Amino acid sequence: MWTAEYPLPAPMRAEILALAAQELHPRGASVAALRLVQARFGWVSTVHLREVADLLGISADDLDGVATYFNLLFRRPVGRHVIMLCDSVSCWIMGREPLCAHLCGKLDIRPGETTADNAITLLPTVCIGHCDHAPAMLIDDTLHGDVTTASLDQLIDTLRNTP
Amino acid sequence: MTPASERPLTAMIDPAAGPPDCAAYGRAGGWQATRLALGSLAPAEIIDMVTRSKLRGRGGAGFGTGQKWSFVPKEPASERRKYLIANADEMEPGTFKDRWLLEGNPLQLVEGMILAAYGVQAGHGIVFLRGEYQEACARLHRAIGEARQQGWLGENILGSGFSFDIHIHSSAGRYICGEETALLTALEGRRATPRSKPPFPQTGGLWGAPSVVNNVETLCNLPHIIANGPEWFTGLGLGDDGGTKIYGVSGRVTKPGAWELPIGTPLRQIIEDHAGGMRPGYQLRALLPGGASTAFIDATALDVAMDYGSVEKAGSRLGTGMAIILDDRTCPIGMIRNLEHFFAQESCGWCTPCRDGLPWVERLLDAIEDGTGRDEDMDQLDRHARMLGAPGRTFCAHAPGAMAPLASGLKLFAADFAAHIQQGRCPHQAGAGAGAGP
Repeated sequence: MWTAEYPLPAPMRAEILALAAQELHPRGASVAALRLVQARFGWVSTVHLREVADLLGISADDLDGVATYFNLLFRRPVGRHVIMLCDSVSCWIMGREPLCAHLCGKLDIRPGETTADNAITLLPTVCIGHCDHAPAMLIDDTLHGDVTTASLDQLIDTLRNTP
Repeated sequence: MTPASERPLTAMIDPAAGPPDCAAYGRAGGWQATRLALGSLAPAEIIDMVTRSKLRGRGGAGFGTGQKWSFVPKEPASERRKYLIANADEMEPGTFKDRWLLEGNPLQLVEGMILAAYGVQAGHGIVFLRGEYQEACARLHRAIGEARQQGWLGENILGSGFSFDIHIHSSAGRYICGEETALLTALEGRRATPRSKPPFPQTGGLWGAPSVVNNVETLCNLPHIIANGPEWFTGLGLGDDGGTKIYGVSGRVTKPGAWELPIGTPLRQIIEDHAGGMRPGYQLRALLPGGASTAFIDATALDVAMDYGSVEKAGSRLGTGMAIILDDRTCPIGMIRNLEHFFAQESCGWCTPCRDGLPWVERLLDAIEDGTGRDEDMDQLDRHARMLGAPGRTFCAHAPGAMAPLASGLKLFAADFAAHIQQGRCPHQAGAGAGAGP
């Protein structure tokens, strides 16, 4: 079901075609192109996915297989900020469960959900390679280590006031 | 000539100063190896030096680097498309060594890639970088850009006739991409399922072209091996293996961290001298010596030398060399459940035993930890550990890796499993999730 309601901006289409041209086969640019779309729109909508598939010369289902495969590609909308709290072993040992419970209570959401004001999405993530500062998390692209409930509260308050 | 460091991989890393630029890298001894290699060494000599250095893959599997390269067809880079790929998809839980190298001295990786590419005569370089490593990505971009501008990358490097350039592939997060054939599939813009071998990547890899995939730490060793010679490198190790290794410790130790030490350093020394021992009030109960996919060893085995052969004799694997400590106040079943949740989630889903077996294991562990486990669950866990743990029953090494902590844990923590089932609850004070606080 094609709809041209939200087409990709022309410069982005050009950028995706340029990425594809650098590859031996255009489909090699799949992940890079999807990341580009997500960086701009926050997630990858079906409309955009179809458009990218079209630009790469592969089927939308094929590209959706790729998009749904990777943890960092979102096929559903997320809030303005995404908190990814590590749930792997070192962080678990160092107390990520109580932190997660605290965060869920404070935000009134469960992992995988977005706050009512659309400010924050909370996602679990696999090891982010910051185990010497466990528990660790990413807020958008920024890494935070040695997280405590106090530091978490402070970060959330700042985040809520950032567009 | 700068004197060779005993900690070559990290000698130039200074977090306060940031990563060195091309000039600073050169002043500190960088680029010597590239000048030497491209000026006076034949590609076969590079492979020979690396083979004699006894360098083994630092990503986990420990395959001989020179041997890995020896299977690549020998045509010059100008005559055949070949790829040299740096595996920077560091996703083994408990592992944070490649991040240190990538952020601390990205030019060292660039130079290692130039040397590897010259050895196997590959004209195309790719860094397969995990998507979460944003800072590493930015620093690597700057390093590659500057190296290109200064003529260390691109056409006809140093007038040698050898051309090589590097492109960064920023991935989007899946553990299986660390498996080299899955990594190649991911680079081709497909779901990253592993491939059947043969053909091996060295003959039929990315887009069907000969490809070598080496771990970041492995590649970072090359400038030092070529500049200082393989004998110097083998002399750095304490046992049979050559060089240094980045070891790390996480969990409830006083000073979690990572350190570059001679390969073969005893585990006890790493934990007690470098990580400062256990935090007050905690005892070491067991540990995973080299990441989530290595078998537990207990406190009686702490004198093991951390080299490939010795850790294997102790019943586990060196893996990434990054140890995860289980303390006496954390529930071992909770820890294994956490590990198996990770492996179940990260299974690519391609083969049935792994796709269906790992979630089954996770559910059994959930039940036991939550107090609804039954005696017969132990037989199921044991069967899974045997069936999925043996190589060849699944498509790749993901499931056997997942079963390493389970199989060893079933033996080591048999009493804990029994207590959970008998008492119908987790007997650990803080229960699952180790909420005792730091």
